[in-house]
Amino acid sequence: MALQIITANRLLDGEVVYLGENAEWIENLSGAKTVDDADGEANLLAAAKEAEATQKIVGAYLMKVARDAAGIQTLSVKEEIRAKGPTVRYDLGKQAR
Amino acid sequence: MYRYDEFDSDFVQQRVEQFRDQVERRIAGDLTEDEFKPLRLMNGLYLQLHAYMLRVAIPYGTFNAAQMRKMAHIARKYDKGYAHFTTRQNVQYNWPVLKDIPTILEELAAVEMHAIQTSGNCIRNTTSDQYAGAAADEIEDPRVYCEIIRQWSSLHPEFTFLPRKFKVAVTGATTDRAAIRVHDIGLAIKKNAEGEVGFEVHVGGGQGRTPMIAKAVRDFLPKEHLLSYLEAILRVYNQLGRRDNKYKARIKILVHETGIEELRGLIEAEWERIKDSALKLPLDEVDRINDYFAAPAWEKLDATSRLFEVKRFEDRGFANWVKANVVAHRQAGYAIANISLKPEGEAPGDITDSQMEVVADLAEKYSFDEIRATHEQNLVLPHVKLDDLFEVYSILNTAGLATANLGLISDMIACPGLDYCALANARSIPVAQAISKRFSDIERQFDIGELKLKISGCINACGHHHVGHIGILGVDRKGEEYYQITLGGNANENAAIGKIVGPSFSYDSIVDAVETVVNTYLEIRNGKEESFLEAYNRVGLAPFKERLYA
Repeated sequence: MALQIITANRLLDGEVVYLGENAEWIENLSGAKTVDDADGEANLLAAAKEAEATQKIVGAYLMKVARDAAGIQTLSVKEEIRAKGPTVRYDLGKQAR
Repeated sequence: MYRYDEFDSDFVQQRVEQFRDQVERRIAGDLTEDEFKPLRLMNGLYLQLHAYMLRVAIPYGTFNAAQMRKMAHIARKYDKGYAHFTTRQNVQYNWPVLKDIPTILEELAAVEMHAIQTSGNCIRNTTSDQYAGAAADEIEDPRVYCEIIRQWSSLHPEFTFLPRKFKVAVTGATTDRAAIRVHDIGLAIKKNAEGEVGFEVHVGGGQGRTPMIAKAVRDFLPKEHLLSYLEAILRVYNQLGRRDNKYKARIKILVHETGIEELRGLIEAEWERIKDSALKLPLDEVDRINDYFAAPAWEKLDATSRLFEVKRFEDRGFANWVKANVVAHRQAGYAIANISLKPEGEAPGDITDSQMEVVADLAEKYSFDEIRATHEQNLVLPHVKLDDLFEVYSILNTAGLATANLGLISDMIACPGLDYCALANARSIPVAQAISKRFSDIERQFDIGELKLKISGCINACGHHHVGHIGILGVDRKGEEYYQITLGGNANENAAIGKIVGPSFSYDSIVDAVETVVNTYLEIRNGKEESFLEAYNRVGLAPFKERLYA
């Protein structure tokens, strides 16, 4: 099974978040919890369902990723932009922090 | 310009309070996202890639200095110091947080603005000619009828949950600057053989995944029947428009599948039934609304200005700006000054809070407190004295707002694309920026002449690529961005949908491809007098295709 993480937007400000290793919703892709089996996927979905029910996040979905020596890597332009910010304004989004 | 009456103020304020309560209930968990989403969309609030996005209505693109200053204030206090003017004469903020939205709406209400009718399956904000009230070729001011349509359509109980969104555009001039033939309903003010003023009514235009040019459903509609006829069209659409498939739900599909003749029969039958009802416009009410749009107190001036001519001779930058951005006004001694929001290498339609305040000051001092937003993502000072043009230009130039490129290749429409939009498949803005840099030489742009290039980051076509002389559509191929080129589209009174030239180009090759198209045109044109579109219409796709895929 492909390597996956789960992502969403935070309810209060729409910030892109990922479920982290410590079961918290974090802003950086690098700390996301990865899974590669059906049980892991089910756990991610269950955590997202709970977070949606408690007004932490909206629009959660599983997202395929790769891992290399530098860490977790996105597999599409869209997820790369979500992970960093607009490619036309480096002063905005996560890349600006 | 129109000022809110008691009813308008009450209903906008009520909506602010309703939405404040809805946001509080959402944050508290009393509303689920499924319950909240349609409510937030009714108030112009989307969730995009990085954050929420608030779309604020600028009815028919007309606003004033106080409203612009408020928009600047919102950009500075609640957003990231800039705003984005859209292809529907609206403005968008890309970074507001949820809890601030009701307060932002309250601030907007204080200057008679709101975000209603900017989303959802309702009758959207009516758009119009940005030169309304100033254009030399105008029959009547279309804003009067846009405002009447606004009053009729806002919160219309029958049309709040249509099969799909519904867009109306109105032009009052012989040259269509409002792209009415790619709207669900397009209205062109015209005179009949008797000299009476009414509307030519077009229905079923639109872009998106199934682009269509609207068809004329009525050649002449007396103006007192405007609302009854619109109601008849909307009623037929509301009953017969598809609700089982959102991609087939727009009225253009109904027109296409039913046929204009049959649909006209249904509309006219319904109209016969209701045309003498309360929907018949009292002409004194038209006059009352007309008074809001009375011409400003223009001075009686000479048609020429010595100061203007001297400065144009002395200052090459000013001369270029006048050549590209200044348009003839109906009143002697005045001009229409376009402010391009397409500086070299910048995001089309973006403007900073400080720049917004500069435009507000200029409008107040030099343009009778009027500003217009255009569907081509620029701004307009509609009534500037020729004597004042150089001063206006100098202040714009200092603020980085004096780019001379209106209607030229670098004056592109581009949707926000994948840099912001959750629906997009590919980026639009960096493509526009790269094209802008490639064609930055103003003499080269003047040599190329009028060329409308329009870029969409997905098939929803917010960037109007279907009606670009050159259209660019971003597509996704297994997570990678590719760009399809269309040629020959046109949004004016000779509206046409562009034709796909061939296989798409990669992100790295699309700008070269555009340059190849332009160079091909320069080689084949019959002199400078033959525009890109005229040359294309003469030769078709073949020579462009040959060069692009050689």
